[in-house]
Amino acid sequence: MGAQLRVYKRRIRSVTATKKITKAMEMIAASRVVKAMRKVSASSPYAEELTRAVTAVGTGSNTKHSLTTESDNPTRAAVLLLTSDRGLAGAFNSNSIKAAEQLTERLEREGKQVDTYIVGRRGVAHYNFRERKIAESWSGFTDEPTYADAKQVAAPLIEAIEKPTADGGVDELHIVYTEFVSMMTQTAIDSRLLPLRLEEVGEKSEQKKDEILPLYDFEPSAEDVLDALLPRYVESRIYNALLQSAASKHAATRRAMKSATDNAGELINTLSRLANAARQAEITQEISEIVGGASALADATAGSDK
Amino acid sequence: MAAELHVELVAADRKVWSGEATLVVARTTSGDIGVMPGHQPLLGVLESGPVTIRTSDGATVIAAVHGGFISFADDKLSLLAEIAELSEEIDVQRAERALERAKSKADASAERRAEVRLRAVNAH
Repeated sequence: MGAQLRVYKRRIRSVTATKKITKAMEMIAASRVVKAMRKVSASSPYAEELTRAVTAVGTGSNTKHSLTTESDNPTRAAVLLLTSDRGLAGAFNSNSIKAAEQLTERLEREGKQVDTYIVGRRGVAHYNFRERKIAESWSGFTDEPTYADAKQVAAPLIEAIEKPTADGGVDELHIVYTEFVSMMTQTAIDSRLLPLRLEEVGEKSEQKKDEILPLYDFEPSAEDVLDALLPRYVESRIYNALLQSAASKHAATRRAMKSATDNAGELINTLSRLANAARQAEITQEISEIVGGASALADATAGSDK
Repeated sequence: MAAELHVELVAADRKVWSGEATLVVARTTSGDIGVMPGHQPLLGVLESGPVTIRTSDGATVIAAVHGGFISFADDKLSLLAEIAELSEEIDVQRAERALERAKSKADASAERRAEVRLRAVNAH
């Protein structure tokens, strides 16, 4: 076998092996998307009921709570960025990091100091490499987040927002995550969790917009209910964001791996054509060598006969 | 007046139980509260404890609820909890083991969780 042909054969083998791996990863991601989507929908009854309750307290009582009123002069904001632990997901992580950077820039232009909290190794690595300060980070659960993980993430954020700004607390809480729109579309978005915008909360509960909320009797009191409710609300929003992020990441992985598999297939086709051409050239050469050799031999014997 | 109310018991990651009931008893921070159809709209903070739901066909559903909220309006009652389990879902041996472990470690919240689970099972 000629040297050229051997090189082609070797490359085809290696690309085939890579293709098998990416194909497997694509299939794993596809099954995980479905699982993650199911988790998103399983968590929605709780989130909906909680949103309803928050809206009810917010509109049904005149209580002023530190978590619902905007500070006159906000000076510090916390940004929670959700990325994934692993790459191989196309532009998934860079999109959400970019969105977080834009948000940070905007907040800084408004004169606010920004504390960054990060979930996922990718985001942490990105910030560490640029030697930017991270207030706190978590990793290890981005593929399948549980409610306990969301609680763990929410705890320091709630603590920071409850602290007075002078003691290192924050006035605002923003979250940047990748919204799962459909299998094909996932968009990195940022939203403000606290202080609460009640109009926005109301809009989220969709068709119930025209519904008049009943006058609730609060047990033990409106303040206490709000006190207990808001941390849960933050946790549930973070949980939902984590789940959507996970679903988006799997969808992005699936897409990236699908195009990798397609590219590998194309590469194999091109390489096999080149290998075939090389083989054919080799055969042609061999034939002409044999013919040439035979005729030279014939010429030589014809010459010696005389 | 409707003689039954619609109950939704939801945990953070799933819907635990939903159906029609005639009476729901839950423990709020200011004491046990019983809700029957036609009750005044209510929003309360729940303590960890068993919740008793008397369904319209006379059966009793007991669930262990760890913190959360009760909200009632228009004969629709929702119980929100971070963790909620029906009594038949609770693994008694596991809860007992957890109770032992929590006691030896003096982990108050884990001990309370395990106790609530066992109480919910024993209430049957």
